[in-house]
Amino acid sequence: MDQENSVIYGLEFQARVLTPQWAETEKIRFFIGTQSLKQAKNQVHLVEFDEENSTLKNLVYYHSFGEIWKLNSSPIHANLLSSCYNAVDNENITCTKQTSILKVPEAGDVDQIESLEVQNNFQIADGEDIITNEFHPSDENKCITVMGNQVDLWDISEMNAKNVLSMNMENKSNSKYIAGKWNPHQNCNQFTTATETHLKTYDIRSGQLAWHIDSCHAQLLRDLDFNLNKQYHLATCGDDGCIKIWDFRQTNQPVYSRSDHSHWVWCVRFNPFHDQLLLSASSDARVLISCAASVSSEIANDTNISDYSADLTESKQVLQDGPLQWSEHEDSVYCAEWSHAEPWVFASLSYDGRLLISRVKKSLKYQIML
Amino acid sequence: MNEKRSNPLDIDGQHFNSNIYLEKLFKENSLKQIMDHEGDIVKDTQTLHSDMQTLVYENYNKFISATDTIKKMKTDFKKMETEMDLLASNMESITSFSDQISSTLCDTRHQISKLSGVHSLLKRLQFLFKLPATLKARMEENNYKQAVSDYMHAQRVLQQYGNMPSFQGIQSDCDVILKELKTELRKQFSNSEASAKDLAESVDLLLQLEEPAKELCTEFLNCADKRLSDQLVLLRDQSEQRDITEFVDLGCNGFLSDLCLVVASFHDMFINRVHGDSIENSEIFENFSATEMNTFIVQKMNKYFELMRNKVDLEQDVGDTSVLVRALDRFYRRVQAMNTMCSNADFSSIGSDIVVNAGKKQAKAHLQALKQYFAEGITKVRQKLSQKIIPQEESTKNLNELLNSLIMTTVEKVKGVLQDLVAFIQPDINFGQKSVFRDSFCIDNVREGLIVCFIHHITATARNFCTNNVSDPKIPPTLLLVLSKYCLYFQNNSVHYLLSQTDELFNINPKSSSALTTEAELCTSMEESAQELLNYFVRIQGLNISQMLRKSVETRDWLHTIEPRTVRAVMKRVVEDIAAIDGTVALLYEDQGTTTEHSSDSSRKTHSISVSRHQYRSNWSTYTPNHMDSTLVSNMHKLFSERIEIFSTVEPNKISILTGIIKISLKTFMECVRLKTFSKYGLQQIQVDTHYLQLYLWRFVADENLVHFLLDEILGSTVHRCLEPVLMEPSVVDIICERG
Repeated sequence: MDQENSVIYGLEFQARVLTPQWAETEKIRFFIGTQSLKQAKNQVHLVEFDEENSTLKNLVYYHSFGEIWKLNSSPIHANLLSSCYNAVDNENITCTKQTSILKVPEAGDVDQIESLEVQNNFQIADGEDIITNEFHPSDENKCITVMGNQVDLWDISEMNAKNVLSMNMENKSNSKYIAGKWNPHQNCNQFTTATETHLKTYDIRSGQLAWHIDSCHAQLLRDLDFNLNKQYHLATCGDDGCIKIWDFRQTNQPVYSRSDHSHWVWCVRFNPFHDQLLLSASSDARVLISCAASVSSEIANDTNISDYSADLTESKQVLQDGPLQWSEHEDSVYCAEWSHAEPWVFASLSYDGRLLISRVKKSLKYQIML
Repeated sequence: MNEKRSNPLDIDGQHFNSNIYLEKLFKENSLKQIMDHEGDIVKDTQTLHSDMQTLVYENYNKFISATDTIKKMKTDFKKMETEMDLLASNMESITSFSDQISSTLCDTRHQISKLSGVHSLLKRLQFLFKLPATLKARMEENNYKQAVSDYMHAQRVLQQYGNMPSFQGIQSDCDVILKELKTELRKQFSNSEASAKDLAESVDLLLQLEEPAKELCTEFLNCADKRLSDQLVLLRDQSEQRDITEFVDLGCNGFLSDLCLVVASFHDMFINRVHGDSIENSEIFENFSATEMNTFIVQKMNKYFELMRNKVDLEQDVGDTSVLVRALDRFYRRVQAMNTMCSNADFSSIGSDIVVNAGKKQAKAHLQALKQYFAEGITKVRQKLSQKIIPQEESTKNLNELLNSLIMTTVEKVKGVLQDLVAFIQPDINFGQKSVFRDSFCIDNVREGLIVCFIHHITATARNFCTNNVSDPKIPPTLLLVLSKYCLYFQNNSVHYLLSQTDELFNINPKSSSALTTEAELCTSMEESAQELLNYFVRIQGLNISQMLRKSVETRDWLHTIEPRTVRAVMKRVVEDIAAIDGTVALLYEDQGTTTEHSSDSSRKTHSISVSRHQYRSNWSTYTPNHMDSTLVSNMHKLFSERIEIFSTVEPNKISILTGIIKISLKTFMECVRLKTFSKYGLQQIQVDTHYLQLYLWRFVADENLVHFLLDEILGSTVHRCLEPVLMEPSVVDIICERG
């Protein structure tokens, strides 16, 4: 895209994980985790974007446990990260997947690169493929790990996390979990996972299946995201290049479906503030903001308040569903995230280690705000 | 001429001058000649002389006999005169005798004439006296007509002498009988079995008997109404059992001819007739009866039309168009004829509405049939494709045959339908020549409603295969290929052919009306469908191969694998599948892609492989000694190569299709590899596999650099994901690949 709209931050290593600093609401901050088998010390970069000057500030921490496959930041404590990593045993030339919750050290000596400290350990059998470690949205003592064929709820009030509950795939087929997310609504009692082309949601109070949508996508489902502003709505994306929004009360067909990418879509995110904006990253090396105004919460609000602000809603034109803004990378993009501090900034990370922090086009911004 | 005539030298002429003649003779001729001439003249003179003598003699004789005859006549005339005198005296005596006789007979003659007058009067009186009896007798014989004429005959007399007491009896008797007669005649009205002709006769008789015309008119109409209603009910009852021809015949012969008869007799009896009787009322009455009649006709015709409409609607099946057309034609002609009967209703327009509707229906029915036929055709092809366990050779032939037969049968079917529908506008079909019908039928129904609609249906069906059947894995991908070729063929040939055929058969000038769907429009939509199908085919096939590759990468434990000895079976399978697809595609699509890098002769093949291997080695050797450079190399590579669109649009040729499939497959391979961690042997296995693919895939694509690039990327990614990145000796890789 145009230069003034985005800032590039280059890493020396390949990387496929990116997460915004959830608990930080003032500064536009993103964590990046590198993925390198060769490097003794992988790194976590904390990148801060100064919007006014369009400059970047970065802090680097060592992640000495292994290459990072998944990184999540705590929604409560700004200095907590959960990491899923591949620990390499160089002597036996083998590696194991592990996860832990890490603490970002207080800013100390600027010249010296500090290491992340372990906050919580998880006892997980070797050979398990750990997909993600998700913080509970509101309860600081809970998190869930998703493994190849098992979902575990943990109590992390102590150093060694305690396994509270395990949920398994009922059918003993070869299918594996691919992704998982907390449902931020309904008191956060539901956890949704993706497996093959299906969505399965568990009630963590009982460990039972709460609801499910089968065959969401024609091919593998890669990622999902809940709409923070609208209950029952979640977005999915997958190998068929489609982005879909589902209302899980009516599972027979999606309420929104687009296929604008020309390859697999790896990541989809609702804008936390303006949920008509959908961010998606694809291995066609593109990042896309598309519009889903027809199913956004703002439309619903408008109709509610239209009684006393009729002229306001009239003047506001609804955006057409479809692609709004593209960003191009050189390699496959596996991750794209909205900032949680500023509604119009998003970051995308391509496999070649290039982070792109971009703004939503001004014209679009005004169209949505006015 | 005068000179000639007065030639003095002409010896036979009037003005002959002997001296001049002699002078000339002497002057001009020799002596000998003169002497001869003299002899001649002498001889001539002698013959003339003797001739004259005989003539005188003959005429003398005739003179003598004439004198004799005159003498005889004189004596005869005298005798005749005396006889004439005698005759005159005789005639006079005859005249006097006859006078005498006539004067004596005069009295008698007077008496005789008087007697004969009395006789005739008596005879007439006798007839009058006998009248009641005869009338009764006639009534019994049902010979009403005679009875009425008898009565009319006597009526005048009765009127004249009606006041005489002796005749009053007769009069009253007659009146009674007449009343009876009238009721009898009226009864005929209500008699359902009486024919219209009988009815008309009855009315005629009643009118003669000076019944009030208005009343009769209403009564007559009521009666006719009842009868016609019966006919209509009959028609309605029959409409379901009979076919359309029989139905129309029934309608024409029964209802319509009755109606005509009624109308005609009504005209004769009420409208034309009244003129004579009472002039002051006639005009009012005529108006009254005319309006009455018109409303009656309109009412009846509307009912009939409704029945007809229903019947036409009922004709569901495509059936025999010519039969339908003939029936409709008959109906239309008849209705047109009816149009003259009623002044203020336009039956023919209603009739043509019905005919137009029938045409529309027929076209629609045909369209439905075509759609069904097309669907069946596709199903058939689908079945044949899915049971394709036939040897390759045979299937090649089959595929083309299938495609051709699908095209041919569709085109033939459409042609058949057109031929069938042409029946509607045959020159001998009356309504077929009307522009109202022609316009709507030819353009709206046949061209737009049938042909264009059907072509749209084909494209829609084709597109349907691409969109909503994502979850239907049962569609053989080859079907998509066949259909896309089908669409292309239609775009290039059949659309034009069918449209021009239609235009020709139905005399449509495509340039004249802008509302017509143009050929170009249809061709574009065909082309788009073909493209969509092709894209979808590539996606599906790419997906199938991707799936295989993905499973093969995901399910293997790459950290604990043994040193590669062979190419993995999956790769062979991939190459086999791609070769199979190539074979199938080659049957339908030309090879004409822009193959930039290679030609297909074998010497070139080995060469190109060795060349590519050099690039391959030089490119990748950088990974081994210095890993950091590798990112640089691949990034450099990316800088100079164009972005590869994975699910891009393919062109309708074999190379492009295959390139599309391979691109999708290899991209998947790469993405899967990036999600795994490899040991040394794992990496080497991938090295062997990619080399194998390298060896076999280049021939399918337009630009072999593309395959090189993608395979480079795969191996590069694997190197990154490897704990112990040690590549195998290229020569060993070669050996393994050649062996496998």
